[in-house]
Amino acid sequence: MKAKVYVTLKEGVLDPQGQAVARALGRLGFSEVQDARIGKYIEVQLADDVKDVEGHLKQMCEKLLANTVIEEYRYEIVK
Amino acid sequence: MNVAVVRFPGSNCDDDAFHVVGRVMGQPVRFAWHKESSLGAADAVVLPGGFSYGDYLRAGAMAANSPIMGAVKEFAEKGGPVLAICNGYQIACEAGLLDGALTRNASLHFECRDVHLAVEGKPTPFTRAIPAGRVLRIPIAHAEGRFVHPNIEQLEKEGRVVFRYVDSAGGTNDAANPNGSMANIAGTCNARGNVVGLMPHPERAAELILGSDDGKMLFASLIGETGRRV
Repeated sequence: MKAKVYVTLKEGVLDPQGQAVARALGRLGFSEVQDARIGKYIEVQLADDVKDVEGHLKQMCEKLLANTVIEEYRYEIVK
Repeated sequence: MNVAVVRFPGSNCDDDAFHVVGRVMGQPVRFAWHKESSLGAADAVVLPGGFSYGDYLRAGAMAANSPIMGAVKEFAEKGGPVLAICNGYQIACEAGLLDGALTRNASLHFECRDVHLAVEGKPTPFTRAIPAGRVLRIPIAHAEGRFVHPNIEQLEKEGRVVFRYVDSAGGTNDAANPNGSMANIAGTCNARGNVVGLMPHPERAAELILGSDDGKMLFASLIGETGRRV
């Protein structure tokens, strides 16, 4: 099975990259763009017979994939 | 004083730190490879700058989980002095040795220039001997140095802001802040004060031939501390 992990900056944490992207989209003529936030998408391939896959994924996010001081995470499990 | 300089794959200021401790300060120094599980007979540890593990995932995230960090944490818990410089500071934050996080510079540029630093906060093994009110001139070289912390007031109250970006006259203002750090913070320490991290590079400013030897004061403070624990 596969886990799709999304890591994004917490609300309120400045994202200068996202701001630059939003400005660039504006310059391309997309005047509706108000803001952009950049995050990470991580695919984790997992053995099919993992017990407590949710618990393990949570630990993976807390211990390495996300820095919870500045980021939040969510994940989907794809069978 | 026996100093261990931790060397991760991608460290690039390890030799500079080694040089300053060994040649400039005349202290016994050794490298500790990231795969080692013990620091040996170390009285102090330096986590040097660089791009450990290519900054994969987040700066410092991979190195924070390398085998040697278990020994560094144990050393720090016993009160051993740890100086975490630049990428070392990012590693120390990722490892939970220090609070907060270092994020992408507000300018989005790799900032490489001299900055001025005010030395504040509680006494630490690396700042104890620096005269009050002395402004240090030390270079920075980083793209991810914008300090973020969920509770700056608490950090300030506990005297854990150790270095702050200031102008040459010592004034705190936006123009003196090279990366958008909260409250112009350039360096912090843990609650006990024995672990100190900063983005600027004192090891690159420890000899006058390099334009400044202000950074030497951090190492001189440490050596004055031999045998004592915070």
